[in-house]
Amino acid sequence: MESILFLIFAAFALGCGLMTVANPFSRSPVASALFLVLTMVWLAGLFVLLHAYFIAAVQILVYAGAVMVLFLFVIMLLDLREEELRTWNRFGVAAGVFSVVALLGVTALTILRSVPAAGAAPQLEGSTHALGAMLFRQYLLPFEGVSIVLLVAMIGVILLSKRESK
Amino acid sequence: MTIGLAHYLLVSAALFGLGLLGVILRRNLLVIYMGLELMLNAANLALVAFSRFNNNLHGQVMVFFIITVAAAEVSVGLALIVALFRRRQSTHVEDLTSLKF
Repeated sequence: MESILFLIFAAFALGCGLMTVANPFSRSPVASALFLVLTMVWLAGLFVLLHAYFIAAVQILVYAGAVMVLFLFVIMLLDLREEELRTWNRFGVAAGVFSVVALLGVTALTILRSVPAAGAAPQLEGSTHALGAMLFRQYLLPFEGVSIVLLVAMIGVILLSKRESK
Repeated sequence: MTIGLAHYLLVSAALFGLGLLGVILRRNLLVIYMGLELMLNAANLALVAFSRFNNNLHGQVMVFFIITVAAAEVSVGLALIVALFRRRQSTHVEDLTSLKF
């Protein structure tokens, strides 16, 4: 059962990821954004299979909810048309695809060679309780640091989007 | 067949490759940004898988921080894109080459 669910979730996540970057039917950014939302949802399914329930919920709430809505909001604010193809730099495309394939090949080879066969079944449960206890005891300082990062980001966004006075 | 760490890592690597392909091939600044998000998500998947198969919660705490910082990064990046669009009326990368040598 679990392996079937894994195959379904992984296949759909990869398919939606492919449609995000290389959609053969539409080059509109809105289509890419919507497929990216679907990818995030399937990834949340994979997180549930890994018993990381809190992370799965945060993935849906923050990524599929907040971040992608922000993306769609900006796309509609800018009123972007379809991305028109201008000069297709053949050398650049070939070099890009080659480098990605080479990187993936090296990574996959390393993974297949180095990861040992599964021993005892993993016991870890990523419950909200366990994660919260760890976050507020061991990781209290980084947690406060992240709040400062968010504050700085907020101030930066306000400064950047303020219309400059002449 | 039992699903092990290697399967999750392979899915994560493939997703990372897709994101990188999007960054390299697409010409729209916003879609390039979505490719970046895809790569971040692939890294998150790898971290959660390592966390599960090593019986160790630290990986999930790391993912929590990555998601938070990614949200901040997206808001700043989109504000930059909006400011750029206001000045240049375009998000096409070939229109934004004034720094090119």
